Amino acid sequence: MTEAPLKKTFTIGMLLYDTRYRSMTIQIFALVCFMLLVSWLISNTIQNLETLGKGVELWFLFEPASYDINQKLIEYDSRSTHLRAAFVGLINTLIVAILGCITATVLGIIIGILRLSRNWIVAKIMTCWVEMFRNVPVLLWIVFFMAILIETFPTPSSFRGENAESSLLLWESVAVTNRGTYLPEPLFHNGLGDVSIFGVVDVSLDFVAFLIILVVGILVSNFLKKRADATQQATGRRPLVWPYRIAVIVIPPLILLYVLGFYLGLPELKGFNFKGGIYLRNSLIALWLALSCYTSAFIAEIVRAGIMAISKGQTEAAYSLGLRPGPTMNLVILPQALRVIIPPLISQFLNLTKNSSLAISVGYMDITGTLGGITLNQTGRELETILLLMLVFLSISLSISAVMNWYNSTVKIKER
Amino acid sequence: MKIKFLIAAVAATFITGSAYSATLDDVMARGHLECGVSTGLPGFASPDDQGVWSGFDVDYCRALAAAIFGDSNAVKYNPVSTKNRFTALASGEFDVLARNTTWTYSRDTDLKQTFLGINFYDGQGFMVRADLGVSSATELDGASVCIQTGTTTELNLADFFRVNGMSYEPVPIETNAEAQEQFFGQACDAYTTDRSGLAATRAASGNPDDYVVLPEVISKEPLGPLVRHGDDQWADIGRWVLNALIIAEEKGLTSANVREMASAPTNDPEINRLLGTEGAYADMVGLPNDWAVHAIEQVGNYGEIFANNIGPDTPIGLARGVNDLWTNGGLIYAPPYR
Repeated sequence: MTEAPLKKTFTIGMLLYDTRYRSMTIQIFALVCFMLLVSWLISNTIQNLETLGKGVELWFLFEPASYDINQKLIEYDSRSTHLRAAFVGLINTLIVAILGCITATVLGIIIGILRLSRNWIVAKIMTCWVEMFRNVPVLLWIVFFMAILIETFPTPSSFRGENAESSLLLWESVAVTNRGTYLPEPLFHNGLGDVSIFGVVDVSLDFVAFLIILVVGILVSNFLKKRADATQQATGRRPLVWPYRIAVIVIPPLILLYVLGFYLGLPELKGFNFKGGIYLRNSLIALWLALSCYTSAFIAEIVRAGIMAISKGQTEAAYSLGLRPGPTMNLVILPQALRVIIPPLISQFLNLTKNSSLAISVGYMDITGTLGGITLNQTGRELETILLLMLVFLSISLSISAVMNWYNSTVKIKER
Repeated sequence: MKIKFLIAAVAATFITGSAYSATLDDVMARGHLECGVSTGLPGFASPDDQGVWSGFDVDYCRALAAAIFGDSNAVKYNPVSTKNRFTALASGEFDVLARNTTWTYSRDTDLKQTFLGINFYDGQGFMVRADLGVSSATELDGASVCIQTGTTTELNLADFFRVNGMSYEPVPIETNAEAQEQFFGQACDAYTTDRSGLAATRAASGNPDDYVVLPEVISKEPLGPLVRHGDDQWADIGRWVLNALIIAEEKGLTSANVREMASAPTNDPEINRLLGTEGAYADMVGLPNDWAVHAIEQVGNYGEIFANNIGPDTPIGLARGVNDLWTNGGLIYAPPYR
């Protein structure tokens, strides 16, 4: 009785005439055409470069770079390879990107919230900030900040002599000059030394030990909090834990510092420049400030939009529960606003990172300055260096996106 | 820089086959010469407030245009930075690069450029503030040194300090103008580049006595115009325009007397060959018969170009020194025109 299902015979013509397959056929055809075009472009490029006598090669990365880089966090001199120079530049890019993202976010959130302030003057000042920074190209801001730093601050030579025109700030520990700012650096009398990882990066064991003890302290502190919460849930009475929580975070690192013989290395004028201390070059400061201020204007608008997206009823409900404006913002509005804020914030972080490639305009040696600048120019390998550079920025950007998307998934509405 | 690269990349992507032949035909068809020059180095190439370019390198471009078109103004100037100059030349953005560029082995071979000769023998030096009290470059241990990135000076500097066991803080800078801002603002103690460039920068400072150029010369910097590989006829034209200017000085041909000397054959056969009154030498390279007359008349001979732009009577104030003719004990020498 049962009817056998109709046997479908597949013919080649159905690819074109059967609506079930047709769209697929067209897409595959378009894809093949596109791939052919791309491969023609690539092979043509390679062939034309061969004709010019410039084959695509990467051996130059292992030749001595022969140039010096001022800001280097890893061991580097002019005999090191181009690859290592690129690596030094990459670290410099990451430094300014991370510093910039942090300050831009902090500034942006403060300004965005203050722009909604009921205080007319505060709100207008913040409006000025936003309009001023986002309407002028970031390159101009970078150059402008650099010019200010060079023209405003004293030269190192004005610190010299008995009656020097300038003096160090904060108990003789900070020197602000027109070349950069020297901060005191942490040093250890009996430090643990460095350990070399694959001969590429030297990591200070003192720093690692400090970090481990700090993290352990924070974990213990969180454990104390959880136990206190549990006790509170069970008995309705919260035991006094905050002094212990602070103690486990603060005291072990202090003991470690004492054991290692911690002291501060102060900057000192020797010869032409200050020596010792942590040297923040003006190129870094100018780039960092300009990128942070510029991006903060955009982040402020994103934050403002996020807050305004939360219905006024939420605020009124919070007030009717007796919450004051501060807690209302922190506990009710911001957690909800974050869901709106984070996705566009990712783009701003990516923008900031990519804008950091303007560093060469103030002589900050980021990866565009080393690999995409001096290396490119000294070796004449444009295609290879620029492709590598694009690859590096792609990796950085995708990493930032991945981290931020993960964070976004933790704050977005959990639908059950 | 990236835009220039993209142009090069796009050019390399779409052009099938070699488009880099018969530059002379392209120039003739276009009606003017495209010349790559410095972004602004007084004495060598800088525009005045009317936008008219002048300088030692600019005059070479003008002489080349005069040789081809009989009009030294048939030039369009393309200011390029030290970083993008080779890419721009290789991608055909201009026909000749006259931008105080040092002739080196790897630029000649690996970067595929053809140097046309040496029109200025230079060397890298240091300039410091006079009140610093420094009298030698070997006293610069620990100094901040401003340097233009993407030049041979960067490599010489690294080698000089490494070999002498001294430390320094490189302050990389993109253009000469930014370098001046940083150096005059004392963001660096010393500025290093070719000594001719130092003299130009010192002259532009307004108070040259506040600055001294240190005696050390840490490198050989033979500067000259260059073209890209692949068109030997075009390279020959460029090379012999330069040589003609040098021969003109040697033979006493000036912008004032060259027209008269060309009106009839003289006693000196080399002058006659050069000015086209004897033989058909101009045909060999594809230029009009009186090309050298136009070039010398409109721009001047090598000595005049030097004196007008960077000589002792100009703000730059450079002595001829090694850049004098070989007959006067210098290094400037042209092969015979025969």
